[in-house]
Amino acid sequence: MMEYTKKNAKRWSIIGQRPTFGTALFELAKENKNIMAVVADVVNSAGLANMNKELPEQVINVGIAEQNMMGIAAGLSSEGYTVFTATFAPFQAMRCLEQIRVNQGYMGHKVVMVGLAGGVAYGELGFTHCTIEDVALLRAIPNVAVVTPADSMEVVKIVEAAAEYPGSVYIRLMDKTGIPMVYEEDYEFAIGKAVPVIPEGDIAIIANGPQVYHAMKAAKRYKEEHGRDIAVYDFHTVKPLDEELLSRLVGQVKAIITVEEHSVIGGLGSAVAEFYADKPQHPPVYRMGFWDEYPHGASHETLLNKYGLDEAGIFNEIVNIAESVH
Amino acid sequence: MNYAEIENHARNMRKLMLDMGKHAGGHAAHLGGAMSIADVMAVLYFGVTNIREKGMESPERDRVILSKGHASLGLYSALMEAGIMDEALKDTFEDDDSSLLGHPVQNREIGIEFTNGSLGMGLSLGIGVAIGCKKKGLPNHVYVILGDGECNEGSVWEAFMSAPNFKLGNLTAIIDCNKFQLSGANDEVMSLGNLSGKLKAFGWETVQVDGHDVEALCAALAKKEDKHVPLAVVMDTVKGKGMSFAENDNGWHHAVVTQKFYEQGLKDLGFGE
Repeated sequence: MMEYTKKNAKRWSIIGQRPTFGTALFELAKENKNIMAVVADVVNSAGLANMNKELPEQVINVGIAEQNMMGIAAGLSSEGYTVFTATFAPFQAMRCLEQIRVNQGYMGHKVVMVGLAGGVAYGELGFTHCTIEDVALLRAIPNVAVVTPADSMEVVKIVEAAAEYPGSVYIRLMDKTGIPMVYEEDYEFAIGKAVPVIPEGDIAIIANGPQVYHAMKAAKRYKEEHGRDIAVYDFHTVKPLDEELLSRLVGQVKAIITVEEHSVIGGLGSAVAEFYADKPQHPPVYRMGFWDEYPHGASHETLLNKYGLDEAGIFNEIVNIAESVH
Repeated sequence: MNYAEIENHARNMRKLMLDMGKHAGGHAAHLGGAMSIADVMAVLYFGVTNIREKGMESPERDRVILSKGHASLGLYSALMEAGIMDEALKDTFEDDDSSLLGHPVQNREIGIEFTNGSLGMGLSLGIGVAIGCKKKGLPNHVYVILGDGECNEGSVWEAFMSAPNFKLGNLTAIIDCNKFQLSGANDEVMSLGNLSGKLKAFGWETVQVDGHDVEALCAALAKKEDKHVPLAVVMDTVKGKGMSFAENDNGWHHAVVTQKFYEQGLKDLGFGE
């Protein structure tokens, strides 16, 4: 089992989400021979080199063939195996979307799908290798949960939870090495249950992925400069949405800001807005994300900055909204 | 092996298909591509697999996966004839809330291994099942039935490439070459060229066989010489086989079985004379 210590949190943060995923799965696979990894040419890229070396009978590499990967995964799942698939997020989510729909959605064969380098982590490689549509697409498929870790420790939490989860899970890894830590010690985690990172505040930021850290920083800065508390929630799970928490926020907060490294169409912001749409009273929901366009390729930092999805952008949004919400 | 008995089962299955087609009425039924697999389905359930003997609950049962899901009548009629599926269900084909929709919906209690209908997916499922069974040391065998038109799908070729790579001697792909797809003849829409040659080049053991010759099918499907090489049985078939009005007429890909055609079909099969 993986130990949720400060030391490990730091190590996982340095190595990044992909090697952390690979390490976590390897640990699970050592204890459970029913766990299988079916990957599309990403044995090393998914951090699975050690598992492949030590437990070769639990790793299947199908080559660059995502549709076949998902079919094989469903076949194995149907034989009682707990199957994790992995490839880069655009290909994991979209190249084999029809297979996901029929095999995991319609038939209900559980597969944990791991998309590497989701969002715009590799913006400099161009948008073939970015994914700002995956949450919207997979959220529309019944029987599939959609989860985005805020940091490396949350990757370990999610991998362990997904192995036990009764249905299919799409895990949207947001990688790069040396990612900042939101969690430095053990905390309570469950798929579908948001984590209050900063619980106090009459404006709430609902974020997932790297934006949880950026929102946390922006909220702290705003508190320092303006003396007003801004709450931050890690909504790692977009589906099933933590509706209980959203209900509680009505009356508790005056405004909600959603932030995600995804299109504002169909992602976390949409899910929150949809939840509130038929409630007679609810706080206004300000959505931050990419606005229905493919940005020109650039580094992760540049893109987040340009589209206001980093600390500075979120801080500015808080300032704008706080003025009108007293 | 009593080939005459298997032929008789295929004849009964074709009647069941007509019954279901007639029941569907205006909803229409995919009769052509189901008639072309009737004989191989009879061979699978009565001559080759252990499914009737083991039952659907046994992990040791052989698996039959109908990748060309639109030929559901071929599967349903085989399961009914084999006593795995209650024959009374034929009167629900394509009805609201029926277990027997136009395309098969996974329901292992009545013999349906997987949901299919979106083409090009069954072989990958079969490969996953075959790997899983092999890992568990099960002695069973996995059979996947594909259409020739279905082989237009790229995912089929991903699967064709991978089965020999994974050394799946417990897997057989049966390709129903009835030479038609939805919009016309394969050769006019998208020629498969030399399919057997292509499969051989991909590393499959390949047999070409008359898909309506029960004895030849039994021989072809029994062939498992190399334990680590998957087998492809490329069947030469006639779309609509057995129906004088439907043979090689692609209008019967999906069509309405009227009383007139139903009666003609029964006559063609030698029933009620």
